[in-house]
Amino acid sequence: MTLLSYAKAMNRALSDALEADPAVCVFGEDVGAGLAGLTPGLQRRFGAGRVVDVPLSEQAFTSAGIGAALNGMRPVIELQIPSLLFLVFEQLANQAHKFPLMTGGQARVPLTVVVPGSGSRSGWAGQHSDHPYGLFAHVGIKTLAPATPTDAYGLLSSAIADDDPVVLFAPAGALAVREDVTAPLAPVPIGAARIHRAGTDVTVVAVGHLVHQAVAVAEELADEVSVEVLDPRTLYPLDRSALVESLRRTGRLVVVDDSNRFAGFAAEVLAVAAEECRLLAPPLRVTRPDGAVLPFAPALDRALQPGAEQLRDAVRAVLK
Amino acid sequence: MSLPHLTDPAGRYRAMRLIRSFEELALEWVRSGLVVGGTHPYIGQEAVAVGVCAALDPADQLTSTHRGHGHVLAKGADPGRLLAELLGRVGGLNGGRGGSMHAADFSLGILGANGIVGAGAPIAVGSAWAAQQRGEPTVVASFFGDGALNQGVLLEALNLASIWRAPVVFVCENNGYATTLPAAAAVGGSACGRAAAFGIPAETVDGMDVEAVRAAAERAVQRARAGGGPSFLECLTYRFEAHHTMERRFRLSYRTAAEVASWRERDPLATGLPEAARIDREVAELLSAAAEFALASAEPDPATATDHLYASGLRPRSGAAL
Ligand SMILES: Cc1ncc(C[n+]2csc(CCOP(=O)(O)OP(=O)(O)O)c2C)c(N)n1
Repeated sequence: MTLLSYAKAMNRALSDALEADPAVCVFGEDVGAGLAGLTPGLQRRFGAGRVVDVPLSEQAFTSAGIGAALNGMRPVIELQIPSLLFLVFEQLANQAHKFPLMTGGQARVPLTVVVPGSGSRSGWAGQHSDHPYGLFAHVGIKTLAPATPTDAYGLLSSAIADDDPVVLFAPAGALAVREDVTAPLAPVPIGAARIHRAGTDVTVVAVGHLVHQAVAVAEELADEVSVEVLDPRTLYPLDRSALVESLRRTGRLVVVDDSNRFAGFAAEVLAVAAEECRLLAPPLRVTRPDGAVLPFAPALDRALQPGAEQLRDAVRAVLK
Repeated sequence: MSLPHLTDPAGRYRAMRLIRSFEELALEWVRSGLVVGGTHPYIGQEAVAVGVCAALDPADQLTSTHRGHGHVLAKGADPGRLLAELLGRVGGLNGGRGGSMHAADFSLGILGANGIVGAGAPIAVGSAWAAQQRGEPTVVASFFGDGALNQGVLLEALNLASIWRAPVVFVCENNGYATTLPAAAAVGGSACGRAAAFGIPAETVDGMDVEAVRAAAERAVQRARAGGGPSFLECLTYRFEAHHTMERRFRLSYRTAAEVASWRERDPLATGLPEAARIDREVAELLSAAAEFALASAEPDPATATDHLYASGLRPRSGAAL
């Protein structure tokens, strides 16, 4: 049995991509040393010219990634902290995402941004605990949130191969997940959801590390209710047909999503369900509060995150 | 092998005249309502675009600004297709998807005008880095105004270019104003001082003199091509027209008539070239053919409004209810 960790899976995806295509390169802070856990060993193997330690200048090195992408490279940008995405929102939303359309199809921006440790890492407080995937999905940037090591490998591989900019959120809460891998690791198509557990009464759409929580809650409630756990894996573009098919089977929906409630990802899932399905009960969301900023004290941090208890209550509530 | 249309003084004069006449026509088209959204006229600054591009090879690249027509034309873009772009027609450089502020022609190394002040500089650094990695001799010129000197990302880009010895020529077009804000009131220290702080050789040149700009740009391009890294040129210039064609409506007064007049006396097109009159006539003919091409180009089909959004061909969901 070989237990593959989430970080190791991403390391292998990067390594395989660097090996396969000389256009692939990595820009990030402390990537040579592999501080964030994704890049250990890569600089030694592929050289400091391809796994590039960059100065602390997120806007410049993200945009330099765009320039390199415009000139034939396939850069992977590693950001140490999810909140740094706010610094480079201009580069991603205003430049990378807009170049192809604004140039009438002349430009391609095959850029991947990876955020290892997104969301709450206990004790990191307000400026290090965001999970801003909804912003990127809203803008229309391909937005991924793998929950398992094999999906992390597969989605990162697909992101690097994709000709559009992609942001991949590796949730802090999933980094410790290990998986017994027997089948060879393979790319996972962008835009394809995965059903982790089949069920007939309620569909729980769970994002990122919350997939594991949702599966645990579903098992716990198995005598009471048959819960289907659907992991969208790709938040944008959303696999609407998988969602709609699941809801046709179950007729009930709970979304559990570790981002802010107002105009968040869960709201979009509810809107799709309302527009395209006939539900048996009003759908529910379990999320962070509107406009949440995670407080430092562990009990306060946990209080704002979607918990198993809330999910259990929501599943029971949609059954009534 | 430099840009073939800019190798001699006549060619450089022709390019400046083309930019000037193009901009005059664009102004007319804005006033008549043919061009929607307006433009940022480059009139007065022609010597900078032409002088810098005269030092570039066809395979070299540039990033431009919101005031980009001059750079795009100097690098060799087709004036008919640029006019069609201003009209939002399918024959435009960007198929009518970009308009004035995003004009690009990747086949000529024109990585795009850019609507965000300072945004082109780090893109130039990245593109230059990519060429350097592959051992290609490409140099990238990055144009920006004095206003961009206060954008943090520009300073980050200078640092990155410096440590990477990226083959970039940073070209600051100091036309004295960022919209209405005088550079003197906005730029602490000096433009060249900022470059020098990052170890980048910098010089100030007369941006109204195309030959002076070219000579300085050639030094910078040669340094970049020889592996000597980035350079910084501050070109002292002036825009004769408004910041943006919309400005007329606001009747802004932030420059005196005397100041504008004194700069107009230093018009970069007053080169005293003997064949100027003939070149002017040729450019006028070229432009009228360009205008004809642009006006004859079709309007894009609204059903194609989201085309090119994704390279992968992903079709976004419609915003309509049904
Ligand atoms: C980052 C940013 N801030 C503000 C604007 C609005 N804006 C457009 S052009 C401009 C002035 C730019 O001045 P400068 O860089 O000197 O260039 P110039 O217009 O003189 O050519 C401003 C403020 C913008 N486009 N981007």
